[in-house]
Amino acid sequence: MIKLEGVSKRYGDFVAVDNVSFVAQPGRVTGFLGPNGAGKSTSMRIMVGLTPLDRGTCTIGGLKYADIPNPGRHVGVLLDASAQHAGRTGREVLALTALTMGLPMVKVDEMLTLVGLTDKESSRRVKNYSLGMRQRLGLANALIGDPSVLILDEPANGLDPAGIHWMRSLLRNYAERGGTVLLSSHLLHEVEMIADEMVLIGRGKIVAQGTKAELLKTAGTFVKPESPDALVAALSTAGIKASPSGDGGFRAECDPIDIGRAAAAAGVVLTELRPAEGEGLEELFLELTADDAREPVAGATPQIGVPA
Amino acid sequence: MSTTTVSTYGDTLDVSQTARIPMTRLVKVELRKMVDTRAGMWLMIAIGVITAIASIIFGFVGHDEDRTFGHFLGFAGTPQGFLLPVLGILLVTQEWGQRTGMVTFTLEPHRGKVLLAKVYALIVLAVTAIILAFVVALLTTAIFGGTDRWSDFTPIDILKVSIGQFCGMAQGFAFGLLLLVSAAAIVTYFVLPQVITILVNVIPALEDKASWLDFNTAQQNLFSFGDGDLSSKEWTQLLVTGAFWLVLPFIAGLWRVLRAEVK
Repeated sequence: MIKLEGVSKRYGDFVAVDNVSFVAQPGRVTGFLGPNGAGKSTSMRIMVGLTPLDRGTCTIGGLKYADIPNPGRHVGVLLDASAQHAGRTGREVLALTALTMGLPMVKVDEMLTLVGLTDKESSRRVKNYSLGMRQRLGLANALIGDPSVLILDEPANGLDPAGIHWMRSLLRNYAERGGTVLLSSHLLHEVEMIADEMVLIGRGKIVAQGTKAELLKTAGTFVKPESPDALVAALSTAGIKASPSGDGGFRAECDPIDIGRAAAAAGVVLTELRPAEGEGLEELFLELTADDAREPVAGATPQIGVPA
Repeated sequence: MSTTTVSTYGDTLDVSQTARIPMTRLVKVELRKMVDTRAGMWLMIAIGVITAIASIIFGFVGHDEDRTFGHFLGFAGTPQGFLLPVLGILLVTQEWGQRTGMVTFTLEPHRGKVLLAKVYALIVLAVTAIILAFVVALLTTAIFGGTDRWSDFTPIDILKVSIGQFCGMAQGFAFGLLLLVSAAAIVTYFVLPQVITILVNVIPALEDKASWLDFNTAQQNLFSFGDGDLSSKEWTQLLVTGAFWLVLPFIAGLWRVLRAEVK
């Protein structure tokens, strides 16, 4: 379990992490989602003591990171896949980690097999690795000590779709065996595929957290009527605020049943009525981070991907 | 994760069965880091080869009266004097330059322990290098030595040259800690003493105080063989300049690294 309580970190006037509190539970994959520069990486560095925090507490399994003996045996960390000595071979990177943790060298081969790096690839120097290969190596480096907690910063970055699928089953499996997984991403669909829980961060602040279902609940309802004017009238009678969404549809911050009742009372025919789904989450993500994103929302859209 | 621990991870970590990482293991890791890259390996090989070649060339071209143990030792020790500090610098700066510190200081969050392991690793290396220099000097003196080849050999020289080599390596390490950038630390290490020497020579008021201000000047006596022990004044000059040029940067660098953000 990873627990942050009121964690803050500032650089001069810039508040990188602002009173962040959340918990990543064992047996769950928690997605840490936010635009670039939102404070994800700083928060993760704080968790493992690489960045000193100004305020708050951060514990892993009830302990401060520095109080965990031989921490690699308990907490697997991948903060930056590119942070490896370019002149070392992939195998040597893992061998140094195994040696530090006091593990037999056979673990190195086990991990290379697990992440799908061949003998030929692992004997090449890291400078010749693609980003995807570095991510696999970094994941092997995080997993080699059989930790019960994983902290991964943008682990899917640079992986091809097959690689992301592979990582999803790996992490899912890991969580099902009781492990705690915290992974960050700035891509909603990535996190949506892998994570059970989501923590959304923007400009250093947590803006929303919960399961996908919980977050969707707050995203409201999508409704499409036969006659838009009649529905707008019916909803305003019922005191429900709705905004146009898509081609002749509306979105409202309430449950579908409320809209159904209002429509039935006014005799309005509906062609669609459903909880706002995937795109609702995406809209939520954009909306929650809009104020905090570096780009205007329109500019951010291509980055997020096409709604399912 | 073994099958026996399925779903048994609770909210707290059970660390009762986990020992801290022993210092010996950290030292092994640091020693391995010095030779497991092409650059590190070649630096090691270069130190060995240049040490041997310099001595052998001198053996062939030196005048008979110069071909003494002291001079052979000087030839064996000089390349090391340049390269050992570079190794000392790189052992620290690679953690920042290559950003491996993100892994190193995550696997052992007590940075002081990691730095101590680096110091031990450097001591192991320096002792090895000094022994190598002596073996080379003994062999080349025996083979190529002039008529009075052993005339300037005194046991105190062993101590003097060892201290000299350690100082260089430790100063490199300290500059590495302070600057954390390979190029900057290497340039500073080699250029700064020159600047100090020039300053000391052009400012008349400082001229006769060079041994009290300049670490390199103070160290020169360590490398003049056959002159016996240093005078107590010379030892004091070494201590004074060493405190300023070695201990001070080391403490400042240590302070910086223990507090620095690793990213």
